[in-house]
Amino acid sequence: MSQKKELLKINNLKQYFPIKGGVLGRTVNNVKAVDDVSFTIYEGETVSVVGESGCGKSTTGRAILRLDDPTDGTIEFDGTDLLSLNKKEMRKMRKDLQIIFQDPYASLNPRMTVRQTLNEAMEIQSAVPRDERNDRIAELMETVGLQPHQADRFPHEFSGGQRQRIGIARALSVNPKLIVCDEAVSALDVSIQAQVLNLLKKFQNEWNLTYLFIAHDLGVVRHISDRIIVMYLGKIVEIGDTKSIFENPQHPYTKALLSAIPVPDPEKKTERIFLQGDVPSPIDPPTGCRFHTRCPFATDKCAEEVPELRNEDYMTDGHAAACHYIKAIESGEHQPTRETSKVRDV
Amino acid sequence: MSDEKILEVKDLRTSFFIEGNEIKAVDGVTFDVPKGKTLGIVGESGSGKSISALSILQLIDSPGEIVGGEINFKGQNLLDYSEAQMRKVRGNQISMIFQEPMTSLNPVYTIGQQIREALKIHRGLDKKDGTEKSIELLELVGIPSPRKRVTQYPFELSGGMRQRVMIAMALACNPELLIADEPTTALDVTIQAQILELIKELQDEMGMSVVMITHDLGVVAETCDYVAVMYCGKVVEYADVKTLFKNPRHPYTVGLLNSLPRSDVDQEELIPIEGTVPAPHEMPDGCRFAPRCPFATDLCHSELPNLDDVGEGEQVRCWIYTDEWDGDPEVKVYEPEKRTSED
Amino acid sequence: MTVYIIRRILQLIPVLLGVTVLVFLLMHLTPGNPAQLMAGENAPPEMVAQIENRLGLNDPLPVQYFDYVVGVVQGDLGTSMRYNTPVIDEVAPRFWVTIELALYATVLSIFLGLIAGIISAVRQYSVADVSIMIVALFGLSMPNFWLGLMLMQWFSINLGWFPPTGWGSPEQILLPVITLGTAGAAIIARMTRSSMLEVISQDYIRTARAKGVKERIIIYKHALKNALIPVVTVVGLQFGALLAGAVLTEEVFAINGMGRLLVDSIMNRDFPVVQACILIISVVFVVVNLLVDISYKFLNKRIDLND
Ligand SMILES: Nc1ncnc2c1ncn2[C@@H]1O[C@H](COP(=O)(O)OP(=O)(O)OP(=O)(O)O)[C@@H](O)[C@H]1O
Ligand SMILES: Nc1ncnc2c1ncn2[C@@H]1O[C@H](COP(=O)(O)OP(=O)(O)O)[C@@H](O)[C@H]1O
Ligand code: SF4
Ligand code: SF4
Ligand SMILES: [Mg+2]
Ligand SMILES: [Mg+2]
Repeated sequence: MSQKKELLKINNLKQYFPIKGGVLGRTVNNVKAVDDVSFTIYEGETVSVVGESGCGKSTTGRAILRLDDPTDGTIEFDGTDLLSLNKKEMRKMRKDLQIIFQDPYASLNPRMTVRQTLNEAMEIQSAVPRDERNDRIAELMETVGLQPHQADRFPHEFSGGQRQRIGIARALSVNPKLIVCDEAVSALDVSIQAQVLNLLKKFQNEWNLTYLFIAHDLGVVRHISDRIIVMYLGKIVEIGDTKSIFENPQHPYTKALLSAIPVPDPEKKTERIFLQGDVPSPIDPPTGCRFHTRCPFATDKCAEEVPELRNEDYMTDGHAAACHYIKAIESGEHQPTRETSKVRDV
Repeated sequence: MSDEKILEVKDLRTSFFIEGNEIKAVDGVTFDVPKGKTLGIVGESGSGKSISALSILQLIDSPGEIVGGEINFKGQNLLDYSEAQMRKVRGNQISMIFQEPMTSLNPVYTIGQQIREALKIHRGLDKKDGTEKSIELLELVGIPSPRKRVTQYPFELSGGMRQRVMIAMALACNPELLIADEPTTALDVTIQAQILELIKELQDEMGMSVVMITHDLGVVAETCDYVAVMYCGKVVEYADVKTLFKNPRHPYTVGLLNSLPRSDVDQEELIPIEGTVPAPHEMPDGCRFAPRCPFATDLCHSELPNLDDVGEGEQVRCWIYTDEWDGDPEVKVYEPEKRTSED
Repeated sequence: MTVYIIRRILQLIPVLLGVTVLVFLLMHLTPGNPAQLMAGENAPPEMVAQIENRLGLNDPLPVQYFDYVVGVVQGDLGTSMRYNTPVIDEVAPRFWVTIELALYATVLSIFLGLIAGIISAVRQYSVADVSIMIVALFGLSMPNFWLGLMLMQWFSINLGWFPPTGWGSPEQILLPVITLGTAGAAIIARMTRSSMLEVISQDYIRTARAKGVKERIIIYKHALKNALIPVVTVVGLQFGALLAGAVLTEEVFAINGMGRLLVDSIMNRDFPVVQACILIISVVFVVVNLLVDISYKFLNKRIDLND
C-alpha cells in the first residue's frame, strides 16, 4: 500500500465565485462552491466524488484542469504545482490531464468530423507524430467500439452513447495519465451506460489510467470506484474505500444519502432516513457543521464547531468522516436529537 | 386479476408526420391500471413513455396524432370524447405531473395563481376560496410557510419545491388517476426519496391510481405494483412488480436488469445490451429487439411477435414463449446468479 | 427594483457624457472653420476672428467642451447660425411634432404587429399566417419614402381622401403614421410570431393544458405574457429606427418636424442646430432604452434584479 504513487494531491482547495450587487455592482458576497478541500489520488485508481447537485463536484474537477482559477490552495500533479504554471505550460500539462463531460454533444464541435476532432487533439498536444495519426485514429475508434470508417462522420450522425465514446476517444488520443469524468455516463440509458462503464474499466486495466469520477448515481459509483469522496455544500464530509463507505458509512449525511437510493428489488426491505428540506445555499452556508440544519443528530455544538475529518480506531485505514459524534452514534450513545427526519421500512 | 380497472389502454398508436414520413412514436401500447394501484412504465429514452402518457390526456400537438387504439377510463373510451369533454377530464379526473419541475411552471405567474386556476376551472372557486385551498394543498405536499409561498414566483423555489407545487396543482381537484412522467429524474436522490414518499402517502390517503413513468428500475421496484416495459414504441412485457424482478421473461427486460449497476450489492461485471436503439426510420420488420437480442433467430428477424399472455395477467412480446419458437428449446433467458456476488 | 432603477439611471450618466463628447467633436472635427462658415465665404478676417472670440473657438478644446456641457445642462444649446436665434427655440416646437409622429407610429406598429403576430403563431402555416408573413415581408423591404410617396399618390392625389402634406388634423396625421409605422409593425409581427411559437412549445404551456385550461386562455394568459418579453426589446430598438425613419417621412409629407429641421440645417451648415438635433435624438433613444429595460425586468421577474 505504501509504495503507491501519489498522482494528484490537492491541499486546502477553495473556489469562491463572487456575487456582484448593490448600486455600484461591487462584490457583495461569494458562492463558496468549494471550501477547503484536500485529498490525494494514487496512480491507477478510480476516486469518485458524490453528493447532491451544487455541492461542488464539478467545480473541483474544473479546478484541477484550471478551467477556473481557484481562490486558494494547491494542486500538485505528478510532482508539479499546477497553480504555478502559466497558460502555455498548463496547455502542455493537459496532455496528461483530460476531461470527459456529461453532454457529449455540447462538448464536440458539430462542424468537425470525428477525425478532425481527434486530429486536433493530437495536434495541440503534439502527442502523436503526424504520419501515425490515421493509424492511431483507426485504433482509437476500434478501442471505443466504433468502426474506423465512422471517423469521417459528424457528431450529429451518432447516438448519445456513441458520442460519449467519441469523447472518450478524444480524451484517450493523447495518452493521458488522469481523466476527470464529469457525469460522463449520467445522460446515457442503462444499457449504453453499461457499455461505456465497461470500456472505462478496460482502459484502466490496460493502461493504468487514473480516474476522478464525478457522478450522482451511487450504483455507478459503487461499481466503478476504488475510493469515494462524499461532499456536502463545498466540503468533504466523508472519504474512504468503496466497501467502507457503502457498508460502514459513518457520517449522518452519507447514511441518509445511501438510504435514499431506490433499490431495484421489490422484496428487499430497507430502512430509509428521510432528510427534511433542501440543501442550504452555498452563499451563506450554515455555521459549524454545514449539515446541522438537516442532520438528525445535530446538537448546539454542531452549529458552532466545524468538525474535522477524523478516523476512529474501529474504521478502516484511510476512512474518515467529518462529524463530532461518529463514535457516539456508532455505539448508540448519541441518539437522534430531532424529529425532522423519519425512518421507515420501505 | 379480478380487480376493477380504472384505465385500460388498448393497442394505442401515436405517430408524428414529418415531411411525409410517419414516425411511429407509440406503436401498439397495451396496459391496464387496476384501481388504487400504481403502474410503472419503464424503458429507455425515446421508447415512447411520455408520448403514451400525453396520448392518454390527448395532449399531443401537431405534427403528432393519435392514429388508433382505445383509452378506456372507467369504461369510457376517451378517444370518443370531444375537446370540451376532454378539458373536463384534464386536471380534474386525470392529472399529470412532468419531468422538468424547473420549466413546467409558468415563470410569470405566482404559485398561488397557478394552483388556483384548476380550482376555478373545475370547482368554480373564486379568488379568496381558491387561495385558501391552495394554501391547504401546499401544506399537504409539505411546503413550509405556504401562506408566503402562494405569493411567490417559481424562480424563488428550488427544484424539489417546484415539483411539490406541481403535485399540489395536480391534486387540487382530487383526481382519480395521476400520471407522473419521470417526476424525480431531475432531482437529487434525497429529494427524490421525499417526493416518492409524498406521492405514496397521498395515494394511500386519497385512493388514487397512479401511472409512474420512469427509467429507473429502483423507483419501479419501490413504488409500483405492476410494470409495463416499453421498447421502440411497444410494450414488450407486462407483469406485477415481484414477478418482473424475480422472473423477467423478455430478453430486453433481462438486458436492462443485467446492465444496471447496483448500489446495494457488489457486481463482478455489468452485462450491457449490445448495439443501440434503432432509429425510427430504420425500424426492423420483425421483433424490434432482434438486432440486439442474444437469442434472435430467423423468425425473430422476419416476424413481429404479439403481446401474449404467459401467466396470470402477465404478458410478453417474444417468440421464445410461443409454440412457433425455432431456437434452442431449453433457452434460459435470465440467469441471476451470473451477475451478482451477494454477500 | 428601486435599486435597479437607480443603478440604471446612474449608468446613463457616462453614456450621456459620451454622447455629448461625440456631438461636440462632430462640430469641431468637421473640415472648415465654423466661424468662417458663419461669417460667409467672403467675410473679412477681422469679422471671422470676432466670431471666433464670441464663440470661444480659441479656447483649448477641453475648456470649450466644458462650456458646452454646462450650457447644455442649463438648456442653452447655442445660437442658430442661420436665424441667429437660440437653438432651443428652433428645436423645441419641431421636437414635439416628431415625438408625436413617432409615438403614433409606435402605437400603430405595436397594435398591428401584436395582433398579426399572434394570429400567425396560433394558426401556424394557415392561409392567414402565410398572408400575414408575406405582407410583413413587403412591409419590411419597402423603403419608407417610397411607401410614403405611393400612399400620397393614391390616397391624396388620385382619390383625394387625405391632404398630401402638413401635420395637425387627424386626416393629415394618418398617412405619415402609416408610412412610418409599417416597417415596425412588420418587425413586431415577425418577432411576436416567433416568440409566441417558442413559448407555445414550452413545458408550462403543456402544464396549463393538462389542467384543462381553454386554448384561448392559454394563448392570452399563459403564452402572451411570456412571449412579450423579447418583443419589448424589439419595440425599444424599433423606436430608434423610427426616429431615423421620421426624417424621411417628414421630408415626404413636408412636416415641420425635427427630421426636416436636421436635414435643412445640414444643407445650410447650421452646425449648432445639427448638434442639438443629434443630441436630442440620442438622449431620447437612450431614455427609451432605459424604459424598455425597466419594463423588461418588470415582465420577466425571473431575472435577478441585482445583475
Ligand atoms: N414532437 C416530436 N416530433 C417528432 N418525434 C417525436 C416528437 N416527440 C417525440 N418524438 C419521438 O417519439 C418517440 C418517443 O418519445 P418519448 O418522448 O415518449 O420518449 P421517452 O420514452 O419519454 O423518452 P425520455 O426518457 O427521453 O423522455 C421518440 O422516438 C421521439 O423521438
Ligand atoms: N461560474 C460560476 N459562478 C457562480 N457560481 C457558480 C459557478 N460555477 C458553479 N457555481 C456554484 O457553485 C456550486 C457548486 O457547483 P458545481 O460544482 O457545478 O456543482 P455539482 O456538484 O452539481 O457539480 C453551485 O452552488 C453552483 O451554483
Ligand atoms: S457534526 Fe453534528 S450536525 Fe454535523 S453530521 Fe455530525 S451530528 Fe450531524
Ligand atoms: S422475439 Fe426473438 S429477438 Fe425478439 S426478444 Fe424474443 S428472442 Fe429476442
Ligand atoms: Mg455538475
Ligand atoms: Mg420522457
